Amino acid sequence: MFDTALSAADLWFLTKGAGMTILVTAVSVVFGTVLGIVFGVFRYQLGAIWAAPVTFVLDVSRSIPLLIQLVLANAFLGTVLRLQMSGFTVACMVLTLYTAAYCAEIVRGGIDAVPLNTRRAARSLGMTWAQDMRYIVMPLATRVALPSWIGLALGVMKDSALVYVVQVVELMKSTQILITRLQEPLFLLLICGLFYFVISFPLARFGGYLEKRWSND
Amino acid sequence: MIEIENVYKSFGALQVLKGINLTVPNGEVLTVIGGSGSGKSTLLTCINGLEKIDSGRILVDGTDVHAKSTDLNKLRQKLGIVFQQFNAFPHLTVLENVTLAPRKVLGQSKEQAREMAVKQLSHVGLGDKLDVYPSRLSGGQQQRMAIARALAMSPDYMLFDEVTSALDPQLVGEVLDTLRLLASEGMTMICVTHEMKFAREVSDRVAFFDKGVMAEIAPPAQLFDAPQTESLKTFLAATH
Repeated sequence: MFDTALSAADLWFLTKGAGMTILVTAVSVVFGTVLGIVFGVFRYQLGAIWAAPVTFVLDVSRSIPLLIQLVLANAFLGTVLRLQMSGFTVACMVLTLYTAAYCAEIVRGGIDAVPLNTRRAARSLGMTWAQDMRYIVMPLATRVALPSWIGLALGVMKDSALVYVVQVVELMKSTQILITRLQEPLFLLLICGLFYFVISFPLARFGGYLEKRWSND
Repeated sequence: MIEIENVYKSFGALQVLKGINLTVPNGEVLTVIGGSGSGKSTLLTCINGLEKIDSGRILVDGTDVHAKSTDLNKLRQKLGIVFQQFNAFPHLTVLENVTLAPRKVLGQSKEQAREMAVKQLSHVGLGDKLDVYPSRLSGGQQQRMAIARALAMSPDYMLFDEVTSALDPQLVGEVLDTLRLLASEGMTMICVTHEMKFAREVSDRVAFFDKGVMAEIAPPAQLFDAPQTESLKTFLAATH
């Protein structure tokens, strides 16, 4: 097993792939979370009926397999709208919407979990809606939502393996390229899995650290 | 002065306030008693605009609470309210619970707010709990913190909504002592309560609510010793 043809240059190639995975994930999770917070608050404030159009878009984004979304978005943006977009941009757009769709639900659940009485207490002290949201709802909802959000971020990171269909060479695609050349699938997949682990672990640990820090209040 | 004029309020088909008229002059301690569902707690949340009313008017220092043009956030600064549930902000320490609104709403500096908070917390006997989180406090302590939090806004009026009802019996006394202290300092207070002994002792007047109507209002000696209506007689007999 350790008699391998894998060279330092190949490892560097994998590392670059991992870098692309991190980049796509980071962009999508950051923008997706911001959008998700906006959509989540929007849905919470407006109620089911008024938020229906937004809910519909988010539901679509959650129900159609990511692979199909990527292919269709790429075809639509490139062939129909004739936009000169890189695969990277398309991948980030699709994954951002996908993240936002899940994040909106997490945010709504987090806001729902803040007791109404606590919010009334804040308002009765003369705080505005925005102050209540900022100083009471946000910190409390974050505590509730964090574990799901970490799960979402890790999920998006792994799902980003699908963006190879829009010609983005990330970790999984890099691995496949090496497998085709070196014919050592098990060993390479092991290395690839190790890369994924190294990327995920700090995020998971960071979540655990925050939960622990917040548990004493 | 708080003036309540012919206020009606329903939750769906349920009419909870049926034409309440009541004036509370400055410096008065008014307690409101009555069975559950009699509308007494709803009245308090209507006074500070947390609940809308169907008709009538509530004036606080001449300002119509439910008028569209009224800045409720501004008005609430002079109406402190303490609820049955303590409603501590669980992610903030005792000191932060008390300083949050003065800093963000009144724009006080950190030092200014801290000074006021320490004063109010010492006042209610929590001067040694500044950096503790609410989850480490007993119910009575949390409720006293909620009182200090409301007082830190320097309100002109304090509304107390069954503030001892969620407490273990042995913790009721410490909270009532705090209310007595406030009353003795001349704070204008409306206390919805089930503590008859307390009502008799601190009130200038006691109002008895029955099924959404203010059935009787009188100084405590008169109300408790010479009830006029059958419903109050029944209520007092049941609570003694």
